[in-house]
Amino acid sequence: MNNAVIIKNISKKFGEVTALDNVSFNIRKNTIFGLVGPDGAGKTTLIRIMCSLLKADNGEIEFTGMNIKKGSRKIKNEIGYLSQKFSLYTDLTVDENIQFIADIHGVTDFNNRRDELLQFTRLKDFRNFQAGKLSGGMKQKLALACTLIYRPKIIFLDEPTTGVDPVSRREFWIILSGLLKDDITIFISTPYMDEAERFNYIVMMNNGHIISEGTPDEIKKALNMSVVEVVCSPVRDAYNILRKIEQADVQMFGDRLNIVFKGMGADETGIESILTENNITVTDIRKKIPSLENVFIELMKSKDT
Amino acid sequence: MLRRIFSITVKEFRQIFRDKRSLLIIFLLPVSLLVLFGYAINLDVNNIRLGVFDRDNSVSSRKFLRGLESSEYFTITESIKNDDEVNNLLNRGKIDAAIIIPHNFEKDIMTGTDVGIQFLVDGVDASTGGIIQNYLVAATSEFNFKITQEQLSQKGIKANPPLNPQVQFWYNKDLNSTLYFIPGLVAMILIIISVILTAISLVREKEFSTIEQIRVSPVTSFQLIIGKIIPYLILSMLIAASILFMGNILFGVVVKGSYIDLFLGTVCYLLATLSLGIFVSTIADSQQVAFQISQLISQLPSVILSGFIFPIESMPYAIQLLSNITPSKFYIIILRNILIKGTGLSVFIDQVYYLLIFSAVFIIISTIRIKRQEMM
Repeated sequence: MNNAVIIKNISKKFGEVTALDNVSFNIRKNTIFGLVGPDGAGKTTLIRIMCSLLKADNGEIEFTGMNIKKGSRKIKNEIGYLSQKFSLYTDLTVDENIQFIADIHGVTDFNNRRDELLQFTRLKDFRNFQAGKLSGGMKQKLALACTLIYRPKIIFLDEPTTGVDPVSRREFWIILSGLLKDDITIFISTPYMDEAERFNYIVMMNNGHIISEGTPDEIKKALNMSVVEVVCSPVRDAYNILRKIEQADVQMFGDRLNIVFKGMGADETGIESILTENNITVTDIRKKIPSLENVFIELMKSKDT
Repeated sequence: MLRRIFSITVKEFRQIFRDKRSLLIIFLLPVSLLVLFGYAINLDVNNIRLGVFDRDNSVSSRKFLRGLESSEYFTITESIKNDDEVNNLLNRGKIDAAIIIPHNFEKDIMTGTDVGIQFLVDGVDASTGGIIQNYLVAATSEFNFKITQEQLSQKGIKANPPLNPQVQFWYNKDLNSTLYFIPGLVAMILIIISVILTAISLVREKEFSTIEQIRVSPVTSFQLIIGKIIPYLILSMLIAASILFMGNILFGVVVKGSYIDLFLGTVCYLLATLSLGIFVSTIADSQQVAFQISQLISQLPSVILSGFIFPIESMPYAIQLLSNITPSKFYIIILRNILIKGTGLSVFIDQVYYLLIFSAVFIIISTIRIKRQEMM
């Protein structure tokens, strides 16, 4: 058994709105597993169902051979959950918060582990601070330390880096990758495609459906496309001109355009000549490995049409 | 299982003691409520202000007035010279009652003619008016009795009335109404503070979604409830002690019964009110709503339906049945027995059972409701 979790045909409706529609996938043990998609894709709903905070309308979730409905209480010491919203006690100190989580999970001998985790998350100097006085990044690290105190086998992190500054975000990622050696499976949801590049395995979701899954490379290759990136001005005119090219799609990112070609036949010279013919100044033009963002936008478009 | 309950209790205490300002309010509020209500609710009528229009101005009339004044209830504040002044003083509320003694008061008494003496009582406040009336009638019949005796003894007859009522009040010897109200007051203050405290503490966990960490842990909803009840039970017991202590200092409340009974009765009552608070938290989603519901369901019934001020026996039957919804009713009976009568547990054991059943019912309902909310 290489899977930590098997998700089978999970569906969930909130009134008329379908949040999850027949979602199935497996989470491999000891990986950083990413659930990627925009806001409203159904990420949080899925995580809450996996942590048994929500009941699915249909489907089953199996944790290494155990059905969650039956062994619900036992499984709770194996699962860690970091909600999107900070859910620790702001009026308790860092130490007290960790102690409380250890206590309710029945961990008695937690002092060494706590020191270790505070060292690991660099919160040692703040251990007597009230949690409410910590910065956003420190709060997330505290939440992580609290979760890790009872040594769960799998942790679910719901958009852990949303609203965290880039430096803290990088630090958080380093901490997470350090966890893999402890035999922990990490499940993360994120709306940021650049972050998704770090995952071992990705499930891309939109509107409650899985639109693609695989390793980042697999996902990119599966689409079989190549990308030309152009920095030019005026960028909006260029966008309107290039949109007329039939064999390619144009995506706008601020001051630059990504022209996505189906297949590997990206033609940057052709593009450059079209642009200069139309009196557009090209500052930079180059072939690029497609990013997950390119892929995602393409997938969304193809689903729409 | 016990350790999980204990860990929630420890956490709760940490939070309670961290917020020193709230803690101060938690203790000061009950005491100030006690002082306010204790002094405000007083049905004793003292210092009735009398206006006297003495048209006779004789030895007998003055003797009658002296008799009135010698009791602690009456003070003659106005001496009235004419009829207009009687109206005027009553209208302006300068006096509570006016006495008009007619001409020939003394002469008529001597000759044995019927003497009419007029009392005009301010009847705006019906109950006070009634009490004044009783006092005046009593004072008059005492005067009558004395005069009759005097007259008879002048004729050489020694007369004693055939019946001589000897009424003695048990338990509350001086019919001190404050003493009577203290149990209701204690019950009301305790229910308000304990329901609000527990309800808010649980709803706060929902509002700040800290409850999610508990939900993803092996803690059951029953363990959560018990873990929450214990700290607030201890806190409320301390509040109860401080109220009774202040009641002793300010109003002379003493515990006539046993302290063990008092302890047991109070624990049972607080269990009932705390489980009511837990129940409120399962229907409210924000601290504000929880606060309002708590106040509504704790304060109103425990003032109106508990027998605190209005005797339950004189309510219509349907309302009497309805009065069972507030645990205060039962605690007031317990407290009156312990504080005023000094009777033992066997007298109010039914009330204790009722409170325990009440607690069990609300704890069960809340456990089910929390469990259901957990899996939505």
